Amino acid sequence: MDVIVCIKRVPDTEARIRIDGSGSSIESSGIKYDMSPYDAFAVEAAIRLKESLQGDGDVSVLTLGDSSSGETLRKALAMGADRAVLLNGQVSLDGLATAKALAAELEGSEADLFLFGIKAADDDQQQVGQMVSVLSGRPCVSGVSSFEIDGHTARCKREVEGGSEIVEVDLPAVLCITKGSNEPRLPALKGIMAAKKKPLEERPAQVSGSRVRLIGLSTPPPRAEGRIVGEGPDAVPELVRILREDAHAI
Amino acid sequence: MSKVLAVAEQRDGKFGSGAHEVVSVSARLAQDLGSTAHAVVLAGTGVSLDASSLGSFGAEKTVVIEHDALADYNPEAWVGALEHLIREGEYGVVVFSATTLGKDLAPRIAAHLDVPLATDVTAVDVSEGMVSVTRPVFSGKAFAHLEIDASPALISIRPNVFPSVESVAEGEVTTVVPDLNVSDFRIRVVEREGSSDGVVDVSEASVIVSGGRGMKAPENWSLLESLREVLGADAALGASRAVVDAGWRPHGEQVGQTGKTVAPALYIAVGISGAVQHLAGMRTAKTIVAINRDADAPIFGVADYGIVGDLFEVLPRLTDEIADLRAKE
Repeated sequence: MDVIVCIKRVPDTEARIRIDGSGSSIESSGIKYDMSPYDAFAVEAAIRLKESLQGDGDVSVLTLGDSSSGETLRKALAMGADRAVLLNGQVSLDGLATAKALAAELEGSEADLFLFGIKAADDDQQQVGQMVSVLSGRPCVSGVSSFEIDGHTARCKREVEGGSEIVEVDLPAVLCITKGSNEPRLPALKGIMAAKKKPLEERPAQVSGSRVRLIGLSTPPPRAEGRIVGEGPDAVPELVRILREDAHAI
Repeated sequence: MSKVLAVAEQRDGKFGSGAHEVVSVSARLAQDLGSTAHAVVLAGTGVSLDASSLGSFGAEKTVVIEHDALADYNPEAWVGALEHLIREGEYGVVVFSATTLGKDLAPRIAAHLDVPLATDVTAVDVSEGMVSVTRPVFSGKAFAHLEIDASPALISIRPNVFPSVESVAEGEVTTVVPDLNVSDFRIRVVEREGSSDGVVDVSEASVIVSGGRGMKAPENWSLLESLREVLGADAALGASRAVVDAGWRPHGEQVGQTGKTVAPALYIAVGISGAVQHLAGMRTAKTIVAINRDADAPIFGVADYGIVGDLFEVLPRLTDEIADLRAKE
Protein backbone atom coordinates (compact mmCIF):
# COMPACT_ATOMS: atom_id res chain seq x y z
CA MET A 1 0.00 0.00 0.00
CA ASP A 2 1.73 3.16 -1.20
CA VAL A 3 0.62 6.49 0.22
CA ILE A 4 1.48 10.04 -0.82
CA VAL A 5 0.78 12.80 1.72
CA CYS A 6 0.63 16.42 0.56
CA ILE A 7 1.67 18.83 3.30
CA LYS A 8 2.27 22.55 3.80
CA ARG A 9 4.54 24.70 5.91
CA VAL A 10 2.54 27.36 7.79
CA PRO A 11 2.98 29.73 10.75
CA ASP A 12 2.54 27.93 14.07
CA THR A 13 -1.11 28.15 15.16
CA GLU A 14 -0.18 29.95 18.39
CA ALA A 15 1.70 32.66 16.47
CA ARG A 16 0.50 36.26 16.57
CA ILE A 17 -0.01 37.47 13.03
CA ARG A 18 1.19 40.97 12.10
CA ILE A 19 0.94 42.56 8.69
CA ASP A 20 4.18 43.96 7.29
CA GLY A 21 4.81 47.35 5.67
CA SER A 22 3.75 46.17 2.21
CA GLY A 23 0.22 45.58 3.50
CA SER A 24 -0.01 42.36 1.55
CA SER A 25 2.11 39.90 3.49
CA ILE A 26 2.72 39.01 7.10
CA GLU A 27 5.69 39.84 9.28
CA SER A 28 7.60 36.57 9.14
CA SER A 29 10.39 37.46 11.54
CA GLY A 30 9.84 35.97 14.97
CA ILE A 31 7.26 33.52 13.67
CA LYS A 32 7.84 29.83 14.13
CA TYR A 33 6.78 27.74 11.13
CA ASP A 34 5.64 24.16 11.26
CA MET A 35 3.69 21.52 9.39
CA SER A 36 0.02 22.55 9.17
CA PRO A 37 -1.76 20.67 11.99
CA TYR A 38 -4.23 18.84 9.75
CA ASP A 39 -1.35 17.70 7.54
CA ALA A 40 0.30 16.25 10.64
CA PHE A 41 -2.84 14.14 11.21
CA ALA A 42 -2.56 12.94 7.59
CA VAL A 43 1.15 12.05 7.93
CA GLU A 44 0.44 10.21 11.18
CA ALA A 45 -2.43 8.29 9.55
CA ALA A 46 -0.17 7.24 6.67
CA ILE A 47 2.58 6.02 9.00
CA ARG A 48 0.10 4.12 11.18
CA LEU A 49 -1.34 2.46 8.10
CA LYS A 50 2.12 1.32 7.05
CA GLU A 51 2.84 0.07 10.58
CA SER A 52 -0.44 -1.88 10.60
CA LEU A 53 0.73 -3.58 7.40
CA GLN A 54 4.03 -4.63 9.03
CA GLY A 55 5.94 -1.98 7.15
CA ASP A 56 4.61 -2.93 3.76
CA GLY A 57 4.45 -0.03 1.28
CA ASP A 58 5.96 3.37 0.88
CA VAL A 59 4.98 6.70 2.44
CA SER A 60 6.00 9.77 0.43
CA VAL A 61 5.46 13.37 1.42
CA LEU A 62 5.05 16.14 -1.13
CA THR A 63 4.89 19.89 -0.80
CA LEU A 64 4.75 23.01 -2.91
CA GLY A 65 6.68 25.91 -1.42
CA ASP A 66 10.04 27.60 -1.20
CA SER A 67 13.20 25.82 -0.08
CA SER A 68 12.44 26.50 3.61
CA SER A 69 9.72 23.84 3.26
CA GLY A 70 12.54 21.28 3.23
CA GLU A 71 12.59 21.55 7.01
CA THR A 72 8.90 20.60 7.17
CA LEU A 73 9.46 17.63 4.87
CA ARG A 74 12.36 16.51 7.09
CA LYS A 75 10.00 16.54 10.05
CA ALA A 76 7.63 14.18 8.19
CA LEU A 77 10.60 11.94 7.35
CA ALA A 78 11.61 11.99 11.01
CA MET A 79 8.06 10.93 11.95
CA GLY A 80 8.48 7.93 9.67
CA ALA A 81 7.79 8.85 6.04
CA ASP A 82 10.15 7.19 3.56
CA ARG A 83 10.83 9.87 0.99
CA ALA A 84 10.02 13.49 0.20
CA VAL A 85 9.62 15.77 -2.79
CA LEU A 86 9.77 19.55 -2.63
CA LEU A 87 8.21 21.31 -5.58
CA ASN A 88 9.87 24.67 -5.46
CA GLY A 89 7.36 27.34 -6.46
CA GLN A 90 5.18 30.18 -5.34
CA VAL A 91 1.99 29.40 -3.40
CA SER A 92 -0.80 31.95 -3.91
CA LEU A 93 -4.37 32.25 -2.66
CA ASP A 94 -5.47 30.61 -5.92
CA GLY A 95 -5.85 27.05 -4.63
CA LEU A 96 -6.52 25.76 -8.13
CA ALA A 97 -3.04 26.86 -9.25
CA THR A 98 -1.57 24.92 -6.30
CA ALA A 99 -3.76 21.91 -7.10
CA LYS A 100 -2.61 21.92 -10.73
CA ALA A 101 1.05 21.91 -9.73
CA LEU A 102 0.46 19.00 -7.34
CA ALA A 103 -1.74 17.08 -9.80
CA ALA A 104 0.96 17.37 -12.47
CA GLU A 105 3.43 15.79 -10.05
CA LEU A 106 0.97 13.03 -9.12
CA GLU A 107 0.08 12.17 -12.70
CA GLY A 108 0.92 8.57 -13.44
CA SER A 109 1.50 7.80 -9.77
CA GLU A 110 0.51 4.28 -8.81
CA ALA A 111 -0.01 5.08 -5.13
CA ASP A 112 -3.21 3.72 -3.60
CA LEU A 113 -3.94 6.65 -1.30
CA PHE A 114 -3.37 10.38 -1.56
CA LEU A 115 -3.81 12.13 1.77
CA PHE A 116 -4.25 15.84 2.43
CA GLY A 117 -4.93 17.76 5.61
CA ILE A 118 -8.46 19.09 5.21
CA LYS A 119 -7.15 22.65 5.14
CA ALA A 120 -3.94 24.59 5.54
CA ALA A 121 -3.86 26.64 8.73
CA ASP A 122 -2.74 29.79 6.87
CA ASP A 123 -5.08 30.19 3.86
CA ASP A 124 -7.97 28.20 5.38
CA GLN A 125 -9.34 27.58 1.89
CA GLN A 126 -10.17 23.90 2.37
CA GLN A 127 -10.07 23.13 -1.33
CA VAL A 128 -6.76 21.80 -2.69
CA GLY A 129 -7.40 18.11 -1.89
CA GLN A 130 -10.77 18.03 -3.65
CA MET A 131 -9.35 19.98 -6.62
CA VAL A 132 -6.43 17.59 -7.02
CA SER A 133 -8.88 14.67 -6.97
CA VAL A 134 -10.90 16.18 -9.81
CA LEU A 135 -7.81 17.08 -11.85
CA SER A 136 -6.37 13.60 -11.44
CA GLY A 137 -9.65 11.72 -11.93
CA ARG A 138 -9.61 10.01 -8.55
CA PRO A 139 -12.54 9.94 -6.11
CA CYS A 140 -12.25 12.03 -2.94
CA VAL A 141 -13.73 11.96 0.54
CA SER A 142 -13.16 15.03 2.71
CA GLY A 143 -13.50 15.56 6.44
CA VAL A 144 -12.20 12.06 7.22
CA SER A 145 -11.53 11.60 10.95
CA SER A 146 -10.46 7.95 10.63
CA PHE A 147 -10.34 5.26 7.96
CA GLU A 148 -9.66 1.58 7.42
CA ILE A 149 -8.48 -0.15 4.29
CA ASP A 150 -10.42 -3.22 3.20
CA GLY A 151 -9.08 -4.65 -0.05
CA HIS A 152 -9.59 -2.05 -2.76
CA THR A 153 -11.82 0.11 -0.62
CA ALA A 154 -11.24 2.71 2.08
CA ARG A 155 -13.95 2.83 4.72
CA CYS A 156 -13.97 6.38 6.07
CA LYS A 157 -15.60 8.04 9.04
CA ARG A 158 -16.56 11.50 7.94
CA GLU A 159 -17.61 14.52 10.00
CA VAL A 160 -20.83 16.10 8.75
CA GLU A 161 -23.15 18.76 10.15
CA GLY A 162 -24.17 17.65 13.61
CA GLY A 163 -22.97 14.08 13.23
CA SER A 164 -20.90 11.63 11.25
CA GLU A 165 -21.25 9.18 8.41
CA ILE A 166 -19.45 6.13 7.11
CA VAL A 167 -18.44 6.41 3.46
CA GLU A 168 -16.77 3.79 1.29
CA VAL A 169 -14.54 4.86 -1.55
CA ASP A 170 -12.78 2.83 -4.22
CA LEU A 171 -8.97 3.00 -4.31
CA PRO A 172 -6.95 4.76 -5.53
CA ALA A 173 -8.55 7.68 -3.73
CA VAL A 174 -7.90 11.09 -2.23
CA LEU A 175 -8.77 11.53 1.46
CA CYS A 176 -8.79 14.92 3.18
CA ILE A 177 -8.05 14.28 6.82
CA THR A 178 -9.45 16.19 9.77
CA LYS A 179 -8.67 15.96 13.44
CA GLY A 180 -9.72 12.55 14.69
CA SER A 181 -8.47 9.73 16.78
CA ASN A 182 -4.77 10.01 16.06
CA GLU A 183 -2.28 12.18 17.92
CA PRO A 184 0.66 12.99 15.61
CA ARG A 185 3.89 11.62 17.06
CA LEU A 186 6.80 13.87 17.91
CA PRO A 187 9.89 12.81 15.98
CA ALA A 188 12.25 10.85 18.23
CA LEU A 189 16.01 11.39 18.06
CA LYS A 190 16.42 8.11 16.21
CA GLY A 191 13.87 9.24 13.62
CA ILE A 192 15.55 12.63 13.24
CA MET A 193 18.91 10.93 12.59
CA ALA A 194 17.34 8.48 10.14
CA ALA A 195 15.57 11.32 8.29
CA LYS A 196 18.91 12.86 7.33
CA LYS A 197 19.65 9.82 5.19
CA LYS A 198 16.23 9.57 3.56
CA PRO A 199 15.77 10.88 0.02
CA LEU A 200 14.52 14.48 -0.31
CA GLU A 201 14.28 15.59 -3.88
CA GLU A 202 13.86 19.25 -4.79
CA ARG A 203 12.82 20.44 -8.22
CA PRO A 204 11.09 23.47 -9.72
CA ALA A 205 7.29 23.41 -9.83
CA GLN A 206 5.12 24.37 -12.76
CA VAL A 207 2.73 26.84 -11.14
CA SER A 208 0.23 28.70 -13.31
CA GLY A 209 -0.47 32.37 -12.64
CA SER A 210 -2.87 33.21 -9.83
CA ARG A 211 -6.30 34.35 -10.92
CA VAL A 212 -7.00 35.52 -7.38
CA ARG A 213 -5.43 38.94 -6.95
CA LEU A 214 -4.44 39.89 -3.42
CA ILE A 215 -5.32 43.54 -2.87
CA GLY A 216 -4.15 43.55 0.72
CA LEU A 217 -4.39 42.11 4.19
CA SER A 218 -5.99 43.68 7.22
CA THR A 219 -6.31 42.76 10.86
CA PRO A 220 -9.75 42.26 12.36
CA PRO A 221 -11.30 45.45 13.68
CA PRO A 222 -10.88 45.69 17.45
CA ARG A 223 -14.00 44.84 19.40
CA ALA A 224 -15.65 47.59 21.39
CA GLU A 225 -14.59 47.64 25.02
CA GLY A 226 -16.63 45.13 26.97
CA ARG A 227 -17.66 45.30 30.58
CA ILE A 228 -17.94 43.03 33.57
CA VAL A 229 -21.61 42.96 34.51
CA GLY A 230 -20.90 41.68 37.98
CA GLU A 231 -19.64 38.84 40.11
CA GLY A 232 -21.31 35.50 40.79
CA PRO A 233 -24.88 34.34 40.16
CA ASP A 234 -26.39 37.60 41.44
CA ALA A 235 -25.13 39.30 38.27
CA VAL A 236 -27.22 36.98 36.08
CA PRO A 237 -30.54 38.95 36.07
CA GLU A 238 -28.73 42.08 34.91
CA LEU A 239 -26.88 40.10 32.20
CA VAL A 240 -30.15 38.63 30.94
CA ARG A 241 -31.75 42.09 30.90
CA ILE A 242 -28.83 43.48 28.87
CA LEU A 243 -28.87 40.58 26.41
CA ARG A 244 -32.59 41.08 26.00
CA GLU A 245 -32.96 44.84 25.90
CA ASP A 246 -29.60 46.23 24.75
CA ALA A 247 -28.00 43.50 22.64
CA HIS A 248 -31.27 41.95 21.37
CA ALA A 249 -29.38 38.67 21.50
CA ILE A 250 -31.98 36.48 23.24
CA MET B 1 -24.93 40.80 -18.11
CA SER B 2 -24.02 37.50 -16.58
CA LYS B 3 -26.46 35.97 -14.14
CA VAL B 4 -25.78 34.93 -10.56
CA LEU B 5 -26.54 31.45 -9.23
CA ALA B 6 -27.19 30.67 -5.55
CA VAL B 7 -26.64 27.07 -4.49
CA ALA B 8 -29.28 26.74 -1.75
CA GLU B 9 -29.11 23.83 0.68
CA GLN B 10 -32.19 22.14 2.05
CA ARG B 11 -32.52 19.58 4.80
CA ASP B 12 -35.61 17.39 4.96
CA GLY B 13 -37.25 19.78 2.53
CA LYS B 14 -36.64 22.85 4.64
CA PHE B 15 -34.47 25.85 3.84
CA GLY B 16 -32.41 27.21 6.73
CA SER B 17 -31.01 30.69 7.13
CA GLY B 18 -27.98 29.60 5.10
CA ALA B 19 -30.15 29.14 2.00
CA HIS B 20 -31.80 32.52 2.51
CA GLU B 21 -28.39 34.14 2.91
CA VAL B 22 -26.93 32.75 -0.33
CA VAL B 23 -30.01 33.78 -2.28
CA SER B 24 -30.04 37.27 -0.73
CA VAL B 25 -26.35 37.79 -1.51
CA SER B 26 -26.86 36.54 -5.06
CA ALA B 27 -29.80 38.89 -5.59
CA ARG B 28 -27.73 41.87 -4.42
CA LEU B 29 -24.80 40.96 -6.68
CA ALA B 30 -27.20 40.45 -9.60
CA GLN B 31 -28.71 43.86 -9.02
CA ASP B 32 -25.24 45.45 -9.03
CA LEU B 33 -24.43 43.58 -12.24
CA GLY B 34 -27.72 44.62 -13.82
CA SER B 35 -28.70 40.98 -14.24
CA THR B 36 -30.82 38.40 -12.44
CA ALA B 37 -30.30 35.82 -9.71
CA HIS B 38 -31.34 32.20 -9.90
CA ALA B 39 -31.25 29.54 -7.23
CA VAL B 40 -30.63 25.82 -7.49
CA VAL B 41 -31.66 23.18 -4.97
CA LEU B 42 -30.60 19.54 -5.09
CA ALA B 43 -32.97 17.07 -3.47
CA GLY B 44 -34.05 13.46 -3.38
CA THR B 45 -37.03 12.44 -5.49
CA GLY B 46 -40.36 13.38 -3.95
CA VAL B 47 -39.02 15.62 -1.18
CA SER B 48 -41.73 18.11 -0.29
CA LEU B 49 -40.07 21.43 -0.95
CA ASP B 50 -41.37 24.99 -1.09
CA ALA B 51 -38.87 26.05 -3.75
CA SER B 52 -40.90 29.12 -4.72
CA SER B 53 -40.18 30.56 -1.24
CA LEU B 54 -36.65 31.37 -2.43
CA GLY B 55 -38.29 33.86 -4.79
CA SER B 56 -39.03 36.14 -1.87
CA PHE B 57 -35.28 36.34 -1.17
CA GLY B 58 -34.60 37.39 -4.75
CA ALA B 59 -34.38 34.27 -6.90
CA GLU B 60 -36.18 35.05 -10.13
CA LYS B 61 -36.04 31.38 -11.03
CA THR B 62 -35.37 28.35 -8.84
CA VAL B 63 -34.21 25.12 -10.43
CA VAL B 64 -34.90 21.97 -8.41
CA ILE B 65 -32.59 19.14 -9.43
CA GLU B 66 -34.29 16.00 -8.25
CA HIS B 67 -32.99 12.42 -8.20
CA ASP B 68 -32.98 9.46 -5.81
CA ALA B 69 -29.18 9.73 -5.71
CA LEU B 70 -29.42 13.30 -4.39
CA ALA B 71 -31.35 12.38 -1.23
CA ASP B 72 -28.12 12.29 0.79
CA TYR B 73 -24.96 14.17 -0.05
CA ASN B 74 -22.70 12.19 -2.34
CA PRO B 75 -20.25 14.40 -4.25
CA GLU B 76 -20.26 12.07 -7.25
CA ALA B 77 -23.97 12.69 -7.76
CA TRP B 78 -24.00 16.38 -6.87
CA VAL B 79 -21.03 17.49 -8.92
CA GLY B 80 -22.31 16.14 -12.23
CA ALA B 81 -25.80 17.55 -11.77
CA LEU B 82 -24.62 21.00 -10.73
CA GLU B 83 -21.71 21.43 -13.14
CA HIS B 84 -24.06 20.87 -16.06
CA LEU B 85 -26.49 23.54 -14.83
CA ILE B 86 -23.73 26.13 -14.31
CA ARG B 87 -22.29 25.55 -17.78
CA GLU B 88 -25.69 25.64 -19.49
CA GLY B 89 -26.83 28.72 -17.58
CA GLU B 90 -23.66 30.72 -18.39
CA TYR B 91 -23.55 32.11 -14.87
CA GLY B 92 -20.99 34.79 -14.08
CA VAL B 93 -21.04 34.31 -10.31
CA VAL B 94 -21.91 31.21 -8.27
CA VAL B 95 -22.51 31.55 -4.53
CA PHE B 96 -22.30 28.57 -2.17
CA SER B 97 -22.83 28.45 1.58
CA ALA B 98 -19.59 27.64 3.45
CA THR B 99 -21.17 24.74 5.33
CA THR B 100 -19.59 21.28 5.61
CA LEU B 101 -21.45 20.34 2.43
CA GLY B 102 -20.64 23.57 0.59
CA LYS B 103 -16.97 23.39 1.50
CA ASP B 104 -16.77 19.87 0.10
CA LEU B 105 -18.76 20.59 -3.04
CA ALA B 106 -17.55 24.01 -4.19
CA PRO B 107 -13.86 23.10 -4.79
CA ARG B 108 -14.90 20.13 -6.91
CA ILE B 109 -17.12 22.35 -9.06
CA ALA B 110 -14.30 24.91 -9.31
CA ALA B 111 -11.83 22.30 -10.56
CA HIS B 112 -14.33 20.99 -13.11
CA LEU B 113 -14.99 24.50 -14.41
CA ASP B 114 -11.29 25.43 -14.24
CA VAL B 115 -11.88 28.53 -12.10
CA PRO B 116 -10.56 29.55 -8.67
CA LEU B 117 -12.70 29.57 -5.53
CA ALA B 118 -12.75 31.93 -2.55
CA THR B 119 -13.88 30.02 0.56
CA ASP B 120 -15.74 31.35 3.59
CA VAL B 121 -16.02 34.96 2.43
CA THR B 122 -17.32 37.57 4.87
CA ALA B 123 -17.82 40.41 2.35
CA VAL B 124 -18.42 40.46 -1.40
CA ASP B 125 -19.01 43.20 -3.96
CA VAL B 126 -18.96 43.66 -7.70
CA SER B 127 -17.57 46.66 -9.46
CA GLU B 128 -17.28 46.97 -13.22
CA GLY B 129 -17.96 43.26 -13.51
CA MET B 130 -15.11 42.31 -11.16
CA VAL B 131 -15.97 40.32 -8.03
CA SER B 132 -13.99 41.33 -4.95
CA VAL B 133 -14.17 39.55 -1.63
CA THR B 134 -12.90 39.66 1.92
CA ARG B 135 -12.12 36.37 3.58
CA PRO B 136 -10.45 35.35 6.83
CA VAL B 137 -6.96 33.87 6.78
CA PHE B 138 -4.92 32.44 9.66
CA SER B 139 -8.26 31.38 11.21
CA GLY B 140 -9.48 34.93 11.45
CA LYS B 141 -6.29 36.50 12.79
CA ALA B 142 -6.23 38.50 9.52
CA PHE B 143 -8.46 39.19 6.53
CA ALA B 144 -7.42 38.99 2.87
CA HIS B 145 -8.98 41.34 0.32
CA LEU B 146 -9.07 39.70 -3.09
CA GLU B 147 -10.24 40.17 -6.66
CA ILE B 148 -11.34 37.10 -8.57
CA ASP B 149 -10.21 37.29 -12.17
CA ALA B 150 -12.29 34.45 -13.61
CA SER B 151 -15.79 33.70 -14.85
CA PRO B 152 -17.77 32.30 -13.27
CA ALA B 153 -16.40 33.70 -10.01
CA LEU B 154 -17.01 31.05 -7.36
CA ILE B 155 -17.40 31.96 -3.72
CA SER B 156 -18.70 30.30 -0.58
CA ILE B 157 -20.08 32.63 2.07
CA ARG B 158 -19.68 32.18 5.80
CA PRO B 159 -23.00 31.36 7.50
CA ASN B 160 -24.57 34.04 9.75
CA VAL B 161 -22.53 36.91 8.31
CA PHE B 162 -24.78 38.17 5.52
CA PRO B 163 -28.36 39.36 6.05
CA SER B 164 -31.38 37.54 4.64
CA VAL B 165 -33.39 40.11 2.69
CA GLU B 166 -37.02 39.15 2.20
CA SER B 167 -39.59 40.84 -0.02
CA VAL B 168 -42.97 39.95 -1.45
CA ALA B 169 -41.58 38.86 -4.82
CA GLU B 170 -42.34 35.44 -6.19
CA GLY B 171 -40.08 33.26 -8.26
CA GLU B 172 -40.69 30.70 -10.93
CA VAL B 173 -39.76 27.06 -10.22
CA THR B 174 -38.61 24.42 -12.68
CA THR B 175 -37.71 20.83 -11.89
CA VAL B 176 -34.95 18.95 -13.65
CA VAL B 177 -34.19 15.24 -13.40
CA PRO B 178 -30.53 14.64 -14.21
CA ASP B 179 -29.17 11.55 -15.86
CA LEU B 180 -27.02 9.94 -13.16
CA ASN B 181 -25.49 6.51 -13.38
CA VAL B 182 -25.36 5.42 -9.76
CA SER B 183 -23.50 2.20 -10.55
CA ASP B 184 -20.53 4.29 -11.71
CA PHE B 185 -20.16 6.03 -8.34
CA ARG B 186 -16.86 5.33 -6.64
CA ILE B 187 -18.14 6.75 -3.34
CA ARG B 188 -20.95 5.15 -1.32
CA VAL B 189 -22.50 6.49 1.87
CA VAL B 190 -23.21 3.40 3.95
CA GLU B 191 -24.24 4.82 7.31
CA ARG B 192 -25.25 8.11 8.83
CA GLU B 193 -25.56 8.93 12.51
CA GLY B 194 -26.70 11.90 14.50
CA SER B 195 -27.13 14.21 11.55
CA SER B 196 -30.93 14.17 11.49
CA ASP B 197 -31.70 14.83 15.14
CA GLY B 198 -32.46 18.48 14.42
CA VAL B 199 -29.47 19.94 16.26
CA VAL B 200 -27.85 22.68 14.22
CA ASP B 201 -24.11 22.45 13.53
CA VAL B 202 -21.84 24.81 15.45
CA SER B 203 -20.67 26.46 12.20
CA GLU B 204 -24.25 27.46 11.31
CA ALA B 205 -25.77 28.08 14.74
CA SER B 206 -26.97 31.58 15.59
CA VAL B 207 -26.27 30.95 19.29
CA ILE B 208 -23.30 28.98 20.63
CA VAL B 209 -22.84 27.81 24.20
CA SER B 210 -19.19 26.89 24.42
CA GLY B 211 -17.33 25.14 27.22
CA GLY B 212 -13.67 24.94 28.18
CA ARG B 213 -11.45 23.35 30.76
CA GLY B 214 -13.18 25.33 33.51
CA MET B 215 -16.06 22.88 33.14
CA LYS B 216 -13.76 20.47 35.02
CA ALA B 217 -15.24 17.18 33.73
CA PRO B 218 -17.20 15.90 30.72
CA GLU B 219 -20.24 14.97 32.84
CA ASN B 220 -20.70 18.66 33.68
CA TRP B 221 -21.71 19.34 30.06
CA SER B 222 -25.31 18.65 31.08
CA LEU B 223 -25.25 22.20 32.48
CA LEU B 224 -24.30 23.61 29.08
CA GLU B 225 -26.82 21.37 27.36
CA SER B 226 -29.60 22.74 29.61
CA LEU B 227 -28.65 26.30 28.69
CA ARG B 228 -28.49 25.39 25.00
CA GLU B 229 -31.96 23.90 25.20
CA VAL B 230 -33.60 27.02 26.62
CA LEU B 231 -31.90 29.11 23.93
CA GLY B 232 -33.79 27.31 21.18
CA ALA B 233 -33.35 25.23 18.06
CA ASP B 234 -30.73 27.50 16.49
CA ALA B 235 -28.37 27.04 19.44
CA ALA B 236 -25.44 24.63 19.35
CA LEU B 237 -22.73 23.51 21.72
CA GLY B 238 -19.13 24.56 21.14
CA ALA B 239 -15.87 23.54 22.78
CA SER B 240 -12.32 24.74 23.28
CA ARG B 241 -9.36 22.84 21.86
CA ALA B 242 -8.28 21.79 25.36
CA VAL B 243 -11.47 19.84 26.05
CA VAL B 244 -11.50 18.26 22.59
CA ASP B 245 -7.88 17.19 22.99
CA ALA B 246 -8.78 15.75 26.40
CA GLY B 247 -11.47 13.66 24.70
CA TRP B 248 -14.33 15.31 26.62
CA ARG B 249 -16.08 16.56 23.49
CA PRO B 250 -16.11 15.60 19.77
CA HIS B 251 -13.94 17.53 17.34
CA GLY B 252 -17.05 18.62 15.42
CA GLU B 253 -17.77 21.06 18.26
CA GLN B 254 -14.29 22.63 18.41
CA VAL B 255 -14.11 26.39 17.85
CA GLY B 256 -10.83 28.04 16.85
CA GLN B 257 -7.85 27.04 14.78
CA THR B 258 -7.93 23.28 13.98
CA GLY B 259 -11.65 23.62 14.64
CA LYS B 260 -14.38 25.81 13.25
CA THR B 261 -14.42 29.55 12.79
CA VAL B 262 -17.85 30.85 13.74
CA ALA B 263 -19.87 34.04 13.57
CA PRO B 264 -23.05 33.55 15.62
CA ALA B 265 -25.31 36.31 16.90
CA LEU B 266 -24.50 35.24 20.46
CA TYR B 267 -21.46 33.34 21.76
CA ILE B 268 -21.42 32.34 25.41
CA ALA B 269 -17.94 31.22 26.54
CA VAL B 270 -18.07 29.28 29.77
CA GLY B 271 -14.88 28.32 31.56
CA ILE B 272 -12.80 29.23 28.51
CA SER B 273 -9.73 31.31 29.27
CA GLY B 274 -9.30 32.44 25.64
CA ALA B 275 -6.18 31.15 23.86
CA VAL B 276 -5.15 33.18 20.79
CA GLN B 277 -6.34 30.44 18.44
CA HIS B 278 -9.75 30.22 20.17
CA LEU B 279 -10.32 33.99 20.10
CA ALA B 280 -9.49 34.05 16.38
CA GLY B 281 -12.22 31.49 15.78
CA MET B 282 -15.08 33.36 17.49
CA ARG B 283 -14.20 37.05 17.62
CA THR B 284 -16.57 37.99 14.80
CA ALA B 285 -19.60 36.87 16.85
CA LYS B 286 -22.02 39.79 17.21
CA THR B 287 -22.34 39.53 20.99
CA ILE B 288 -19.87 37.67 23.20
CA VAL B 289 -20.58 36.73 26.82
CA ALA B 290 -17.86 35.28 29.03
CA ILE B 291 -18.29 33.47 32.33
CA ASN B 292 -15.00 32.76 34.08
CA ARG B 293 -13.69 32.74 37.61
CA ASP B 294 -10.44 34.45 36.59
CA ALA B 295 -11.04 38.19 36.06
CA ASP B 296 -7.75 38.42 34.14
CA ALA B 297 -8.64 35.71 31.60
CA PRO B 298 -8.01 36.92 28.01
CA ILE B 299 -11.58 35.97 27.04
CA PHE B 300 -12.79 39.11 28.87
CA GLY B 301 -10.70 41.13 26.41
CA VAL B 302 -13.05 40.25 23.54
CA ALA B 303 -16.27 39.76 25.52
CA ASP B 304 -18.99 42.40 25.42
CA TYR B 305 -20.38 41.27 28.75
CA GLY B 306 -18.72 39.22 31.44
CA ILE B 307 -19.54 37.64 34.75
CA VAL B 308 -16.65 36.82 37.04
CA GLY B 309 -17.53 33.89 39.23
CA ASP B 310 -17.99 30.19 39.75
CA LEU B 311 -19.60 28.84 36.58
CA PHE B 312 -21.26 26.05 38.56
CA GLU B 313 -23.29 28.72 40.33
CA VAL B 314 -23.70 31.14 37.43
CA LEU B 315 -24.68 28.67 34.73
CA PRO B 316 -27.80 27.13 36.37
CA ARG B 317 -29.01 30.60 37.30
CA LEU B 318 -28.55 31.81 33.73
CA THR B 319 -30.48 28.82 32.42
CA ASP B 320 -33.31 29.45 34.91
CA GLU B 321 -33.54 33.18 34.16
CA ILE B 322 -33.70 32.63 30.41
CA ALA B 323 -36.24 29.81 30.85
CA ASP B 324 -38.38 32.19 32.96
CA LEU B 325 -38.12 34.83 30.26
CA ARG B 326 -39.18 32.32 27.61
CA ALA B 327 -42.08 31.08 29.77
CA LYS B 328 -43.45 34.63 30.07
CA GLU B 329 -43.65 35.03 26.30
